[in-house]
Amino acid sequence: MEQIDIINKLNNIFREVMDNEDIVITPESSANDIEEWDSLTHVQLIIAIEKSFNIRFKSSEIRNWKNVGEMIEAIQNKF
Amino acid sequence: MDNITFQSLKKNLKKDYSSLNKIKIAILGDSATQMYAQAIKGYGYELGINFEIFEADYDQIELQTYNSQSELYEFNPEYVIIFYCTNKIQKKFGESHLTKKPLFAKEFTNKIENIYQTITTQIKCKILLFNFAEIDDAVFGNFSNKTNFSFIYQLRMINFELMNLAQKFKNLFIIDINKLQATYGLNFITNNKIYINTNLFFSIDFLPIIAKNSIDIIQSINGKFKKCIILDLDNTLWGGIIGDDGIENIEIGDLGIGKAFSELQLWIKQLKERGIIIAVCSKNDENIAKEPFEKHPDMILRLDDIAVFVANWNNKADNIRYIQQILNIGFDSMVFLDDNPFERNIVRTNINDISIPELPEDPAEYLNYLRTLNLFETASFTEADEQRTMQYQEEAKRNIEQQQFTNEADFLKSLNMIATVEMFNSFNTPRVSQLTQRSNQFNLRTIRYTEQEIQEIAKNKDYITLALSLKDKYGDYGLICLIIMKKQQNNTLFIDTWIMSCRVLKREMEQFTLNQIVEIAKQNGYSKIIGEYISTPKNSMVANHYLNLGFEQVNNQWQLEISKYAERNCYIMKT
Repeated sequence: MEQIDIINKLNNIFREVMDNEDIVITPESSANDIEEWDSLTHVQLIIAIEKSFNIRFKSSEIRNWKNVGEMIEAIQNKF
Repeated sequence: MDNITFQSLKKNLKKDYSSLNKIKIAILGDSATQMYAQAIKGYGYELGINFEIFEADYDQIELQTYNSQSELYEFNPEYVIIFYCTNKIQKKFGESHLTKKPLFAKEFTNKIENIYQTITTQIKCKILLFNFAEIDDAVFGNFSNKTNFSFIYQLRMINFELMNLAQKFKNLFIIDINKLQATYGLNFITNNKIYINTNLFFSIDFLPIIAKNSIDIIQSINGKFKKCIILDLDNTLWGGIIGDDGIENIEIGDLGIGKAFSELQLWIKQLKERGIIIAVCSKNDENIAKEPFEKHPDMILRLDDIAVFVANWNNKADNIRYIQQILNIGFDSMVFLDDNPFERNIVRTNINDISIPELPEDPAEYLNYLRTLNLFETASFTEADEQRTMQYQEEAKRNIEQQQFTNEADFLKSLNMIATVEMFNSFNTPRVSQLTQRSNQFNLRTIRYTEQEIQEIAKNKDYITLALSLKDKYGDYGLICLIIMKKQQNNTLFIDTWIMSCRVLKREMEQFTLNQIVEIAKQNGYSKIIGEYISTPKNSMVANHYLNLGFEQVNNQWQLEISKYAERNCYIMKT
């Protein structure tokens, strides 16, 4: 899966989970850039991404993401 | 329920709650409860409730309980939800010394009892306590059942002992997560990866279900629960069409998929036993529709189980309105079961508030689906509940007879009504409390009382209480009216509570009751009686109650001078 496809799909997940249609993510986006991205919405993100891409993350992966780029990398590693 | 997700509940949080009915709840948990609290708040919006929630910091159940200055007590909630999660007590069990393990359940339930006592002495509230999801710790295998050193043994004992505690304490209710686990499975209700990393026990998909299940209890305590189930017949209660297929060919019992219908009927029969009223609403000729109930050997429901039987070719919305008139209960306390989506839609568009489950197409799935809806949550059960069907059947007979009288007084005279008047006592306390919990329409001030509170009022010399029962030639209504009066200064009695069952409307029971009130007030040397009407969305029928009875309005209250009182006429004799 190409990075661009992943990021588009991720963007939709972010908008849905954060309930904010204006969110535009880039690989550099982190929790500091997106107001609604806190520890609770982070859990929702993980679950939504797992469902949407039909993958399962390891604990070590979800604990260490610093930004969207690392999320994308983790997703790509599953394919 | 089907289209409610955690995401949709979270969206509700941004909506306007200001006009909704407020209920204060506190949530105490030994794991992270933020999402559960969000789900409760969001679900409240669906039901028109503004839950004002105090969520204690993580793992503060005991701290909040044993510190009398705690935020919990300052918040003063109506409900306290306490959630100990299985994983946490499993850890405690694992760390406890081997010799202590057989005592684990006892020690834990003692702790719970202590927490319950401490909180309920400090504030007036109800406690909703989670029981425990079962986990297989795989330490002893199946042998867990043969030794009280096993976690499984101790966990099941806790769940069992919590039921005993709930029976012992009127204000303790169990949120039965174990029951939900039986339906959904442990791997659905919790996600161990999320729990390990965040301390959130419930999975996201389970949150709407557990939120609804918790709120169901609160709703039923607040008098919002189902009292009646209305049944279609063909392809709902049996397979096939009685008018076409005939009594030999309908599927019930061993024939075809009859087992599915037999299971459903057995479930409904048990609902009837615990006081749910059963009515039939079917497009059929009445004699044909009744035939299976009378003659089919495999039918579980029989005619005497059905309080109101309506089979004709009128539209179902009209028929359900007729059933509602006879039963005199709100549409929001009724459930309508029909396999036909067209009929369901007609009723749904014509009658607001009635619950109409979207039955699956396959009858084999009816019952499991209905069970997941938890339609019949209740906050009380008395043995008198079982007799309700008979009482409503009697009521149907009265209605039919009444139509033959042109003169209301002649009809009332013909009923030979006899009333019994008692003070509250240990025999009628459960029913009295139940009436205060359940009555919404003929209820002047809508104050809810627990059994314990009723017992205290009965003993208190500042109160005068009346419990009135009525019977007539058709049968016994049982205890249908209660009065709580409180002594005020200047020889004045204040009517704190006046509740009457709607089943005895238009029997002149109000006049009879007022005669009793005045008589007992006089005997006790009072000269004035004050009444008050507190408006709720449901009690407008008694807005003019005191006016109609000849009270005079003084400010926002109603006043009756006993010296000017002339006994009211009525056709009710006193035993």
